[in-house]
Amino acid sequence: MKLNRRLFLRVAGMAGAAGGGLLAGGGPSAQAAQLHRTSQGDVEFNGMLIDTTKCIGCRACEAACNEANKLPTPAASFSSANVFETTRDTTTGAFTVVNRFPNEKKPDEPIFVRKQCMHCDQPACASACLCKAMEKTKEAAVIYHKDRCMGCRYCMIACPFDIPKFEYDSAAPFVWKCDFCNERQQKGELPACSEVCPTGATLFGKKRDLLEIARTRIYKAPDKYVHRIYGEHEAGGTGWLYLMGAPEEKLGLRTNLGTTPYPELTSGFLYGVPLVFVLWPSLLFGLNYLIKDNKVSEERKILRGEQD
Amino acid sequence: MANRTDASTAHAEGAMTVRRVAWETARFVLSELRPRGSILTPFNVITGAIILSGLVLIVIRFAYGLGSVSNLSQNYPWGIWIGFDVITGVAFAGGAYVLTFVVHILKVKKFEPIVRVTVLNGFLAYLFYAGMLLLDLGRPWNVINPVIGNAFGFGSVLFLVAWHFMLYMICEFLEFSPAVAEWLNWPRARRILEGLTTGAVIFGITLSTLHQSGLGALFLLAPSKIHPLWYSANLPVLFFVSSIFAGISMVMIESFFTQKAFKDRIGHELHAAHDSILLGLGKGAVGALFAYAFLKLIDFVHYRQWIYLGTPMGYWYLFELVGFVLLPTALFLVAIRTRNAKLVQFTAFLTAAGVILNRLNVSVIAFKWYETVRYYPSWMEIWVTLAIISMELWVFRWVISRMPVFGGAHQVVEAEAAEDMEVVVWKASVS
Ligand code: SF4
Ligand code: SF4
Repeated sequence: MKLNRRLFLRVAGMAGAAGGGLLAGGGPSAQAAQLHRTSQGDVEFNGMLIDTTKCIGCRACEAACNEANKLPTPAASFSSANVFETTRDTTTGAFTVVNRFPNEKKPDEPIFVRKQCMHCDQPACASACLCKAMEKTKEAAVIYHKDRCMGCRYCMIACPFDIPKFEYDSAAPFVWKCDFCNERQQKGELPACSEVCPTGATLFGKKRDLLEIARTRIYKAPDKYVHRIYGEHEAGGTGWLYLMGAPEEKLGLRTNLGTTPYPELTSGFLYGVPLVFVLWPSLLFGLNYLIKDNKVSEERKILRGEQD
Repeated sequence: MANRTDASTAHAEGAMTVRRVAWETARFVLSELRPRGSILTPFNVITGAIILSGLVLIVIRFAYGLGSVSNLSQNYPWGIWIGFDVITGVAFAGGAYVLTFVVHILKVKKFEPIVRVTVLNGFLAYLFYAGMLLLDLGRPWNVINPVIGNAFGFGSVLFLVAWHFMLYMICEFLEFSPAVAEWLNWPRARRILEGLTTGAVIFGITLSTLHQSGLGALFLLAPSKIHPLWYSANLPVLFFVSSIFAGISMVMIESFFTQKAFKDRIGHELHAAHDSILLGLGKGAVGALFAYAFLKLIDFVHYRQWIYLGTPMGYWYLFELVGFVLLPTALFLVAIRTRNAKLVQFTAFLTAAGVILNRLNVSVIAFKWYETVRYYPSWMEIWVTLAIISMELWVFRWVISRMPVFGGAHQVVEAEAAEDMEVVVWKASVS
């Protein structure tokens, strides 16, 4: 029901934005709406399970990502441990970074947490983009079409995880972020980071299976984990899931994102668009017609007289 | 006036071929492009310098990227070029749809003398803010993508706003075009264009409603980033309502300056009616302010916003609300009761400052208020903004001093009856 409504809103928004006409234009297939579902429909979403208790901070994933995406060589080598001194953010040249956080339970075993695009089930970035440069594939990856982007950076405003990064120092800038190794996935390969992870802290699979694995792990070691799976419901659910060794606010993860899928935040507004497009002109024309006879200005009276 | 009569007598001769009309018009326009009066006035020198140096900054911006002139960062992708120039500027341009509604739909004759200048201002504002938007885009040449249907982001509020900007500019141009026709002395064109006005006005009001609120709806996608005192599901409505009093205040502010700067262009009629127009505008503004304050109150209760009041952001919020919403409401009421046009005008400045404050709060100041390193505009961003405003003033002045903008429609030399008939036939055939 909900999904049908969303589909309706989208079509309605389209009709309105294109300049009037209620629900004109062919309705996209119901299949399109199903693709937004998590682990349902004919194609299940892929996902990634990050187990922060398994990550040893080796940064092999960073190096593999760098190579797979042909990114520039960073200033500090991937074996340097100095990078953990500060909390790093992803950049236009580093789509994933590993950060170190103190472990209150076991001070000598710090917790390492990866950061990259979460590949939201219903991505805010894609719903923000006005030229479909950000797109959610039916397998899971949120990919970026360079040739469409106009560099408005609205995706950056919208992304709850602050992931898309913009090239401010380029005359022809792009937006960069992790694309879940979409091309490798299409070829049946694992995402580069998952392939090299020596401890299995970065586990690739169907989102539904990953959720099951995650729950089993919590169930088997209840003292080790926070009893929540970060990403299961955040911002409507994300493709990447986190098993946490400490509460999320201690791991640099945003806590106030809510569970509403972001596209729904604006769908109410877009729903109103076709209504306004039909109601306003009718009301205004009516009002204009009504008042015309009473208060018509002299000049117009003459004009009308000539034309009648 | 001399130029106009030259062209008009030539035109009235009737037997002119199309080519001659075109030739005459081109010559006329060219002669109108030449500056009048002395060039080296303080205003010209200052704004000219700002524009020239601003152009240099714009060249640098396109050669080396946005980072070379702005303080934008990964954390603050939108700065004052969006937050002030676009988000605030468009609100101020709202006067055009409010006044065209009152004059063309409600047929309130009182405001007729200021409709043209307001529409002109609105049109120029959009023209220059749209230009501003292009400066802020990383890949402005791709701006045609959402237009030509390369990839339509139907689910995007920004898509809607972009389209509405474009369509609305056409509407405003149509609304203003009779003045252009009068200036070129094309009575036939003017007739046709006048006939289109009501349609353009109605479509324009509809578009304005949607994109003024759309600007607020843009920020619905940032619930965790905007301070809870400013984030609200009501943002679209708040933006729409505030665009009403923002637009009205801007009309009053503009009239404050034009009354001074263009004394000779403003007819006696408008001059005499000025006070009563101001008071009327004040009444409109106070209604919208009331509605706005009420909406704010609802948000305050609904989102339990009082728990944030004891924080620095809370004080800032109170400053905005009490100083720039409640105070102007009270002042407008006093001014209207005592029929004090001066006070109305003063309050308009206060209200406009409040709108600037509010729009900047939503888009820049309360946006990511939790970050340790905050965005503030670079001097170059401010400079470019000033340059754009100066350019707009130049164009505004040029139009004002050439075309019949103040005091409503001017008499043009009517063409022969045969021409009128053609118009009637043409109109009949299109309808
Ligand atoms: S995390 Fe951000 S960039 Fe990645 S899919 Fe979600 S909204 Fe888009
Ligand atoms: S910056 Fe590019 S990808 Fe991001 S919203 Fe704008 S057009 Fe879309």
